[in-house]
Amino acid sequence: MSRPAEGAPASWEVFLRPRRGLSHQHVGSVRASDPDMALSHARDLYTRRGEPLSLWVVRSDTVYAASPGERDPFFSNAPHKPYRYPEEFVPLSEGGEGDD
Amino acid sequence: MTGSPARAAASPGAGEEAASQARLTAEFEALLAEGETVEPRDWMPDGYRRMLIRQIAQHAHSEIIGMQPEGAWLTRAPSLHRKSVLLAKVQDEAGHGLYLYSAAETLGVDRAELLAALHRGQQRYAATFNHPALTWADTGAVAWLTDGAAVINQAPLCHTSYGPYARAMRRVCQEEAFHVRQGYDLMKALCEGTPAQKAMAQDAVDRWWLPAVALMFGPPDTEAAGGDAKTAALGAAVSRRAIAWGIKRHTNDELRQRFVDHCVPQAERLGLTLPDPGIRWNEERGHYDFGPVDWELYRGALGDDTHTARQRLAHRVAAHEDGAWVREAAAAYAARQSGADTAGTSTEAVA
Amino acid sequence: MTETVTGPARQGTDAALARYAVRLGDDALVLAQQLCGWITRAPTIEEDLALSNIALDLVGHARTLLALGGRLDGTGRTEDDFAFLRTEREFTNALLVEIPDGDFAGTVARQLAYTHHAVLLYEALAASTDPELAAFAVRAAKEVAYHRRHADDWVVRLGLGTAESARRMRAGLERVWPCTAELFEEDALVRGLTAAGAVPAPGPLRERWHEEVAAVLKRAGLPLPAPKWHATGGRDGLHTEAFGPLVAELQSVHRQFPGGTW
Repeated sequence: MSRPAEGAPASWEVFLRPRRGLSHQHVGSVRASDPDMALSHARDLYTRRGEPLSLWVVRSDTVYAASPGERDPFFSNAPHKPYRYPEEFVPLSEGGEGDD
Repeated sequence: MTGSPARAAASPGAGEEAASQARLTAEFEALLAEGETVEPRDWMPDGYRRMLIRQIAQHAHSEIIGMQPEGAWLTRAPSLHRKSVLLAKVQDEAGHGLYLYSAAETLGVDRAELLAALHRGQQRYAATFNHPALTWADTGAVAWLTDGAAVINQAPLCHTSYGPYARAMRRVCQEEAFHVRQGYDLMKALCEGTPAQKAMAQDAVDRWWLPAVALMFGPPDTEAAGGDAKTAALGAAVSRRAIAWGIKRHTNDELRQRFVDHCVPQAERLGLTLPDPGIRWNEERGHYDFGPVDWELYRGALGDDTHTARQRLAHRVAAHEDGAWVREAAAAYAARQSGADTAGTSTEAVA
Repeated sequence: MTETVTGPARQGTDAALARYAVRLGDDALVLAQQLCGWITRAPTIEEDLALSNIALDLVGHARTLLALGGRLDGTGRTEDDFAFLRTEREFTNALLVEIPDGDFAGTVARQLAYTHHAVLLYEALAASTDPELAAFAVRAAKEVAYHRRHADDWVVRLGLGTAESARRMRAGLERVWPCTAELFEEDALVRGLTAAGAVPAPGPLRERWHEEVAAVLKRAGLPLPAPKWHATGGRDGLHTEAFGPLVAELQSVHRQFPGGTW
């Protein structure tokens, strides 16, 4: 996406910490021309119910993302490495073979 | 978010294009068949994208235009409690519009374009809102019946195949279900009030029942439901496509039946009469029968050329035009601020 | 005040405090009514949402304050009795909230004046000797602090935005500023309550208010208006001609159904 004309309302991603003990979670996006406006709109739109603790807004076009065309090179390296998953290993409850 | 949709995840040479399209289509269909969610940067057929944009935009526009009939009563709400309730409701509708415009924007359109299309009359909104809200009781009838119909229409969309739309709809549905209760509560208060209040409630139901039944669910898409053969066939074709793509999950007529089944006992509890002499319980079907909708009448009455329809759009356009100087000022201010701190770097948007 | 009191009126501080609470409740109610008029007509859908949020808080303030008035004055009148069954002459809001504000800049100018006043007043009222009023003020101060932020942000945006927005903002300020002094008027009622420690003295509030709004206007590159006259009368039920239609609209449905329950 090309960056919108300077000052035109841009898209901002909204992150909310819904309560203590949780990380900020992505809840959606808003359009706003400046950061204060983005924060206000995020507050009005995403906190009408509940009592969240914290709110972040991040300009959508500053999120640098992996390209979908490169999905395989990026993300297909995990499933065939069984030693990265706990099931690969003997449960702690199991005894040794020569135990008897 | 306005992530540029990846129209071509691969970059095929001219000769390979057809084969590549076929492969991508097959992958897309397989994803849907597994009941997986389609996400913004996935490859998707143009028809799917277009159907989604049209549906989400129409839905968003309906929320925004739908603020008008109720919004007009904010200054006249007859108690401060009801004023608060109505304010919160109209506010939710603005919020729903915004969630949905955001969802549409993930498909590579801009909200400004969608609003421009609405203002030019090129994109539609639910024609139900082209009815005038003539009395205070109308705000209750709209919430109870129109929002009630919307909930039934929309609940399945919480599982629609397109991720951002489904996520927006989950938020919308949570709030909408509670609007229906608000409307019912308002009507109940009127029915328990003076005879004049109850008469106002009945009059509102008389005027809002058919628009909800007919227009909130769209034209018949099964012949059994009383659609003429041509309309039903056309409706059925559109519904089939939308259902196959997982955008829609039930026919219009299935949803309409569900709505009638919900409302009839509620109206009985309120002591209000639904204006359809054809309503009766059908033991065999396990559903309420109801009279066929006269579609020709509706098409005639609810084209763009009713006073209220023109007024709805004119009101929306006037708000937009009157606010232009404010939006320009905000943009100029932001440009001045960002000029002051950083020169913008160009990075690709996330979807 | 020309209110007809139907029950046995209480004397002393309670009766005075009741009238004071109703003044503030009327301010909040009439301002909410004005903001309701924006909804579906705001410059952006986000502003529809923002203004309705503010209106919703203000209706909440009005409900608490008017109900408190009915308890303190011994009449037992409800919030709705106050809102829907008084005549124009019985409303005691300041003129600032009832005058037509022209355009969005006028609304923003009024919000600037009102919200800075309300935050300072409610923060001070939190120390009131009346526990109900103090508890209300603690909650309301937080809400109006957000409304103040909304107003400040828009004053700066419009002040520094385009030539047109700056012109409109100056005009809006000129329009509402003659009505700001009334917010700090010190009549016999306020003097009595101040002496009893029930409400803050307006003088110091006015000074701080003046410093605060001047700072915001400076940031926005806008001149602080210096009106040559000041409007007054609202606290005595002497309103502007525009007020009658506003009250008629507010009360129309309620009055059409005598004995109705809502």
